[in-house]
Amino acid sequence: MFYRENGQFKSTYREDQQILGIRQDRWFIFGLIAFALLVVPYWGSDYMFRAILIPFLIVSLAAIGLNLLVGYCGQISLGHAAFMAIGAYAAYNIVVHFPGLNFIVVLVLAGLVSALVGILFGLPSLQIKGLYLGVATLAAQFFVDWVFARVKWFTNYSSSGGVSTAPVEMFGWTIDTPMEKYVFILVVVMVFTLMAKNLVRGHIGRSWMAMRDMDVAAEVIGIRPMYAKLTAFAVSAFYAGVAGAMWGFLHLGSWEPAAFSINFSLNLLFMIIIGGMGSILGSFIGAAFIVLLPLALSQALPLLNNLGLKVDTAMASHLEFMIFGALIVFFLIVEPLGIARLWAVAKEKLRLWPFPH
Amino acid sequence: MATKKNGPVIALGVVLGIGFVAPLLAGQPLGFFLEVTLGGLMAGVLYSLVALGFVLIFKASGVFNFAQGAMVLFAALALARLAEWLPGWVGIPAGLPALALAFVLATGIMIVLAMLIERIVLRPLVAQDPVALLMATLGVTFFLDGFGQTIWGSDVYKIDMGISKDPTIILESMFQGGILISKEDLVATVIAAVLVLGLAIFFQKTATGRALRAVADDHQAAQSIGIPLNRIWVIVWAVAGFVALVAGMVWGAKLGVQFSLAQLALKALPVVILGGFTSIPGAILGGLIIGVGEKISEVFLGPVLIKAFDLAGGGIENWFAYVLALLFLMVRPEGLFGEKHIDRV
Repeated sequence: MFYRENGQFKSTYREDQQILGIRQDRWFIFGLIAFALLVVPYWGSDYMFRAILIPFLIVSLAAIGLNLLVGYCGQISLGHAAFMAIGAYAAYNIVVHFPGLNFIVVLVLAGLVSALVGILFGLPSLQIKGLYLGVATLAAQFFVDWVFARVKWFTNYSSSGGVSTAPVEMFGWTIDTPMEKYVFILVVVMVFTLMAKNLVRGHIGRSWMAMRDMDVAAEVIGIRPMYAKLTAFAVSAFYAGVAGAMWGFLHLGSWEPAAFSINFSLNLLFMIIIGGMGSILGSFIGAAFIVLLPLALSQALPLLNNLGLKVDTAMASHLEFMIFGALIVFFLIVEPLGIARLWAVAKEKLRLWPFPH
Repeated sequence: MATKKNGPVIALGVVLGIGFVAPLLAGQPLGFFLEVTLGGLMAGVLYSLVALGFVLIFKASGVFNFAQGAMVLFAALALARLAEWLPGWVGIPAGLPALALAFVLATGIMIVLAMLIERIVLRPLVAQDPVALLMATLGVTFFLDGFGQTIWGSDVYKIDMGISKDPTIILESMFQGGILISKEDLVATVIAAVLVLGLAIFFQKTATGRALRAVADDHQAAQSIGIPLNRIWVIVWAVAGFVALVAGMVWGAKLGVQFSLAQLALKALPVVILGGFTSIPGAILGGLIIGVGEKISEVFLGPVLIKAFDLAGGGIENWFAYVLALLFLMVRPEGLFGEKHIDRV
């Protein structure tokens, strides 16, 4: 009744190619953006920014990066947090050696460094795929963990092995309150989301999807596997690097190599499985899910205890593991394309509602 | 027809061999070198045990079971806690009798677990993309990690196999100071050897074993001659669960039963890459190569690297196995003894 595109005719190619083809979608998205940019900064509390919105936005960006690689190009990565670590440490070193550089430049440079390493670790994907590639990316994870824990140069010879950062400054604007951080991250994430959306509907995204669906066939019709796979690794690592740099500078402030461990990598993978493989929207949904579930569980603890169940915090973290595991299996069986697919199905239903046909 | 290219593999082998004897050439005492090598072999045996579980499941069902490490942890936790609780429940003496009964019970638990995994996870996902199956086992991993610690507890537990932890010194006459080995490691090696032998007999001589091999060779052909695939999968997961239990017992006795077991078991991944996904001898040889390589590089290469690059400590063994596997993937993706895979459109 409300969600119907009757009467919305497309008379130019430009209209036909727009990202949000339906007027209702456009209103919804623009409304959401306006709400996030104009209302939330005034209305949100520091806790909300720090514990929910900032981590959610940053891991969404990382999840989009991983989704480009796994969901669109079909190359599995079990070590994506390693690329976030590379981005974070690259940004740290850039800031240390070139103080006063604009943070946006720092972000882009950190992303580029990460992309280079991504290409390096993507090289095995030319020979191997599937499970084998998973192990190769695990190699990246463990090697990178070790490098940042042991090679003192990367941490600027800090005695503790961790690094800490000063508040970010650019154009004379010091980003130090949670609200400012939120706005900055939101803008960055929006720009990168738009870029990702355009990448995947363009030539390069289509060649990724062809590689994913059947690599030999794609090669036969003239898609260069090396180019397609390595660009996917590069772009994906770029996104992860930018997300990692923001995670380090704007979310953590100071961190140790353990901040980007294998568990982070697996969580990123869970986000895109639950949210939806091969869907930008799914990356956001999955990220929201993984960020919110632990918080929801910790909120539900007193409730469970009131019901007579003895649940402490250790138990809650185990419960979290169990719920993640069960949900992954559930989604793989019931809806391999994740919540994003459920959303798409719901939209299809909504077009006809309340009529059956 | 592509022939096997052995050149790069041989080159890699030569490099590894040189790396292996390099400490000797650099003047390290032979006794110490042998001690480190032996220690590596023992660790390698443990890796092999976990890798064996991977290979069994991969052969029979084409599933790359990421959850093998979680199964090791789960089995070890069950064994340790049951051995602790049983004396209180049924009044049998603590120590070996309780451990033996706990072992039987834990075997039962792993069989039930295998049935549940087959019924709930694998059957609905049959004939799916291998990557989807891998992710499903990732889900199983998380579930088992959480579930195991919920019911069994999340502290560090001991498994007491009644073997003294005192090291024995052998070959004292040949080398100054002799070679230190621990009795526990020896027992572990014997257990592993017995297990492998038992598995070999099971696979070669029993009807079930033959059915398993038939399924491993060709699912459809096996099904068409009347081998029930679902039951075979349950059996193979149960066997893998049993292997996990043995690995968990041996490892738990050595290091204590704790969460890091599941992480340590991740090391079995490079082992199967090295040995080939479908080869049991490959799993064993791969485990030994990685065990020895890791220890040698940690003990002898580590200090050199620390000095040369001014590192903040060693820890090469954290990544050695993976990077070796990565190099190996570049030169021979199918592993030492694996079957060559050919893609068709």
